[in-house]
Amino acid sequence: MANEPLLSMHGIDKRFGLAPALVGAHLDVLPGEVMALIGQNGAGKSTMIKVLNGFVKHDAGTIQFEGKPWAAASPEVAQRAGISTIFQEINLIPFRSVVENIYLGREIRNRAGFLRWRQMTIAAKTLLDEFGIAIDVEAPLGHYSTAIQQMVAIARAVSFNARLVIMDESTSSLDDHEVQVLFATIRRLKQQGVAVIFVSHKLDELYAVCDRVTVMRDGRTVAVASMAEMNKLQLVATMLGRDLAEVRKQGATAFSASARPPGAEVLAVENLAVGRRVTNASLNVRRGEIVGLAGLLGSGRTETARAIFGADARGGGEIRLNGKPVTFTEPHDAIASGIGFCSEDRKQEGIIPGMSVRENMTLALLPALSRSGLVDEARQRKIVERFIADIGIKCSSPDQPIRELSGGNQQKVLLARWLCMNPELLIFDEPTRGIDVGAKAEIQKLIRRLADDGLGVLMISSELEEIVEGADRTFVLRDGRTVSTFDRAEASEATLMDAMAHGTAA
Amino acid sequence: MSLDSSTTVATGGTAGLRPPGGAPPATGFRIGLAARRLGALIALAVLILLNLAITPHFATMQTLSVNLTQICTIVIVGVGMTLVIATGGIDLSVGSLMAISGALAPGFFTGALFHGGNLYVNIGFGIVIPVMVAGLFGLFNGWLVSSFRIQPIIATLILFIAGRGIAQVWTNGDLQVFKAPEFQAIALGHVLGVPFQVWIMLVFVIAAAWMLRKTVFGRQLLAVGGNEPAARLAGVPVKRVKRLVYVISGLCSGVAGLIVIAMNSAADANLIGMGVELDAIAAVAVGGTLLSGGRATVVGTLIGALIIQLVRYTLLANGVPDAAALIAKAALIVLAVWLQRQERA
Amino acid sequence: MKHRWSGAGIGVVIALALLIAFGGIRYDGFLGSYNILTVLRYNSMFALVGLGMCFVIMTGGIDLSVGSVAAMASVVSAYLSPYGLLPGLLGGVGAGLVAGTLSGLIITKLKILPFIATLAVMLAASGTGLLLANNQSVAVSYDSAFTTLGQGNLLAAFKPEWIDGDNAGWMGTALGLFFNFPTPAWIALVAYIVGSVVLNARPFGRHVLAVGGGEEASRLMGLPTDRTVFAVYLISGGLAGLAGVILAAQFGAGQPIEGIGWELFAIASVVVGGTLLTGGKGSVFTTLAGVLLLGLIFTILNFENGMGWISLSAYWQSVVRGAFLLVVVILQSRLARTAPA
Repeated sequence: MANEPLLSMHGIDKRFGLAPALVGAHLDVLPGEVMALIGQNGAGKSTMIKVLNGFVKHDAGTIQFEGKPWAAASPEVAQRAGISTIFQEINLIPFRSVVENIYLGREIRNRAGFLRWRQMTIAAKTLLDEFGIAIDVEAPLGHYSTAIQQMVAIARAVSFNARLVIMDESTSSLDDHEVQVLFATIRRLKQQGVAVIFVSHKLDELYAVCDRVTVMRDGRTVAVASMAEMNKLQLVATMLGRDLAEVRKQGATAFSASARPPGAEVLAVENLAVGRRVTNASLNVRRGEIVGLAGLLGSGRTETARAIFGADARGGGEIRLNGKPVTFTEPHDAIASGIGFCSEDRKQEGIIPGMSVRENMTLALLPALSRSGLVDEARQRKIVERFIADIGIKCSSPDQPIRELSGGNQQKVLLARWLCMNPELLIFDEPTRGIDVGAKAEIQKLIRRLADDGLGVLMISSELEEIVEGADRTFVLRDGRTVSTFDRAEASEATLMDAMAHGTAA
Repeated sequence: MSLDSSTTVATGGTAGLRPPGGAPPATGFRIGLAARRLGALIALAVLILLNLAITPHFATMQTLSVNLTQICTIVIVGVGMTLVIATGGIDLSVGSLMAISGALAPGFFTGALFHGGNLYVNIGFGIVIPVMVAGLFGLFNGWLVSSFRIQPIIATLILFIAGRGIAQVWTNGDLQVFKAPEFQAIALGHVLGVPFQVWIMLVFVIAAAWMLRKTVFGRQLLAVGGNEPAARLAGVPVKRVKRLVYVISGLCSGVAGLIVIAMNSAADANLIGMGVELDAIAAVAVGGTLLSGGRATVVGTLIGALIIQLVRYTLLANGVPDAAALIAKAALIVLAVWLQRQERA
Repeated sequence: MKHRWSGAGIGVVIALALLIAFGGIRYDGFLGSYNILTVLRYNSMFALVGLGMCFVIMTGGIDLSVGSVAAMASVVSAYLSPYGLLPGLLGGVGAGLVAGTLSGLIITKLKILPFIATLAVMLAASGTGLLLANNQSVAVSYDSAFTTLGQGNLLAAFKPEWIDGDNAGWMGTALGLFFNFPTPAWIALVAYIVGSVVLNARPFGRHVLAVGGGEEASRLMGLPTDRTVFAVYLISGGLAGLAGVILAAQFGAGQPIEGIGWELFAIASVVVGGTLLTGGKGSVFTTLAGVLLLGLIFTILNFENGMGWISLSAYWQSVVRGAFLLVVVILQSRLARTAPA
């Protein structure tokens, strides 16, 4: 029985438009097993999960669950058939009580059709007791911590008689203690014979709770192993597609070494704290250099960048610009001081989809482009045309809506949005994510050229090669703290990986 | 299944690269889009042709004047409403702000409340002060929406209720009858045979259309409605932009209130601007401004108001009762918004 | 289920109690049975409309059509009143249900925002009402029992003689209130009790709150979201129709131009009653408190003017109502910000 897989997915193909998301991917889960599913962004793990719980339909491949062909039309069908998904953003209703959240959609009723609150309340209590959680189940779910909410979601799943529970980045918003409570729950599930697919970027957690690991890269399953057989470094190497022994080959990116020594310090960040994610981040950037900011997902890279830019309030620490302490309450202020920021989420936080290339490019520049509130259109056109030619933006005309452009060209427009401001410091969060190879190289070259022209660049990237080859210096964040700093000479994928996985603050 | 999978793999290698130059030019899509953008205009043209064919005495200056004066206040309020909706908001208080401005004005231009020494100074006060007061109330709306993050619909509901009360308290609910031809010229005077209020309306429409197109504020306003987080990260002062659109909406309502009292030779706080918020929203929706924000056409709002008015006029002129015209208006609104939805899908 | 009052919910009940206490102490006759019964009779229509609005808002929607639907229903029921109480009642409610069906279909099938969908239905209902009534009020027949729906006191026939006597004492006053309780107030009371039971003791009520608390999450949990949304507009339409019946019966005429602004008054009552405008959280009886609170402001102003100390015009009521709404909304926005995520 133990050798008969509970779930077996084979040869799964899925493409969105022209881009393949899954290419012959496979995943096996044994009954009562906790399987880690890891991979970089875009490796295909979330598509795999969506195929499994019926969110999207796969193009090819077979799925067997409990020995029978599996075809769920939607997450709720999957849930009723025994596979429940706990999403990253918990899909429960915070305003409603814990009891309701467990029983919504299959309430216990008497013959006349009225709700049996007492019975539901007792049943909910008993259910949560099994997980060692004693809470007031009649209070609104939103009153409890994210961890408890997640536990309630799991309890709901189990009460649906789930045989397989998928946890997608469940721990990303939990603190250490909450993670421990969640792990206790997972172990209990295991005892009950329920299998778990556990998706997380935090490697330590995988070792704490998982039995086996499936690693995905570029839509393929690249490794399946028992957690005991693979150490952290091997895991990271497999995930990134690097052979540990492989000598780093030059030229994987279009970055070249810096042309001249860096100038004066532009930005200094000391002991920055932001919300829960960033506890103690420090870094600095000088003119004419590219500074890399590395770390696993959830290490607080983006939060650090947003706090520097004034997009989120900082909880503590100091930020100095050209030596002077600054406090930005709105991005507006940071921009006025010569900082630009390219968000990692181009769609949600970058482009204004309905507006033209011209409008998008000059959005930040508008106040400077105008005389008494009137946009100087001649100058605007000249600037836009210059940048379109300069950095090779491919569009039918400056008036084409930006949503019609490819990802790489959209990114170039956003880059131009800051370049035309003539800034002193540019922050890039994943500048080449979701961009095709050609455009990627162009953008990397451009970033180097900007630094050589004297701009300070802070670059966040999940792609180690980008950091190793692109950055003149690199700061590594782990769990919200700066754990190490590398010069260009010291930085290699191995040392970075080591710091990202094990590093502790000095 | 297996056949599928092999073909997928075969083409998988190159598919990641997108063709240079972005998305392939979607000519058909563009034409469709243009047709829909012009849809309102075409509908208007059809209505006019239809009327020329079936409605007696349609092609007269009087018909034009009647129809245009019917929509003047709706369009002026609609201009402000278009801008508010373009940022993703809504303003229910416009009718009440019209009442406030209309109730305030007679005290000034008749010199009863405050005498500036000269008739024209009084009229100046009678125009500027009520409009400014309406603008201040608009600022209050904007403050609730931007600083307290109260949903626009509920934030402006407060002044919808209280605003008319303020106007009624101010006048004690009494009808203020007056005769001030110099003031009433703003509604009743004619220039080139066209009522002066129509000129005012056109000035508002053109000014707002020009502002949307040419000024920093106009672009920022559309950016806020199009993608608020992105606009904020690009340095757009989101709160200030939001406050300002509600102020503008208040100012527009103030002017509309003055036109109403000038037309009636009387100010009745109980009636000025009653229900105008819904007429204005209907005109905006039919005119093609996205109700979810990010795209706005002030000229469209004018056309929308004209279409609604012309449908009503056509029905009335051909013996259909006014009440039935309301039902036609309802169908028109649903149809227009449904077409907008299809466009986004 | 233990009843949990939201902060705003307790607030409105306390505010109502304070307002009643204030009126009782300050004005003679404020707590007299005549005044109490008048207030209840007059406000029962608004209470019904508020109840429907409460359900709609709990799903995160809005219904702008209630006022004109009530007006149209009043016309329909006035026409049917000569045939008796029941035809008048059913006709009015039926007209409301038709309008509710229309709103529900436009929202769930055409996927048009509730605001615009119900705005259109508002115009259509208003037009239909005016057409049916030929732009005039339609007199109600006094030959049938129809008018008792608005003007009658349901239990008056069973009232013992001694209650109205001079030395009936407080017992007499209390029983007098009971036996003289207006029929429309009974209707509203029953509607609220049924509404509360549906909300708290039927799966449907939970689904209403769930859809408002998170439509996507509700869909993932397998709830029939579209059916739930459709049903609340049906309920709102039906209750608006019922309010229209009472309107016609109370004032003796079907009134096609009544009902202007009812929808926004109802929304204000619901919000003052502590129901979140974004949906997901709400209570039926605090909505009733909200209706009475806003209604009593009018009564208090009348009494205040009757005292002769100052002359506050009745127009102050809107200003005070608006101020109430402002305070509630600002408090809610503060609560929402400090509430745990």
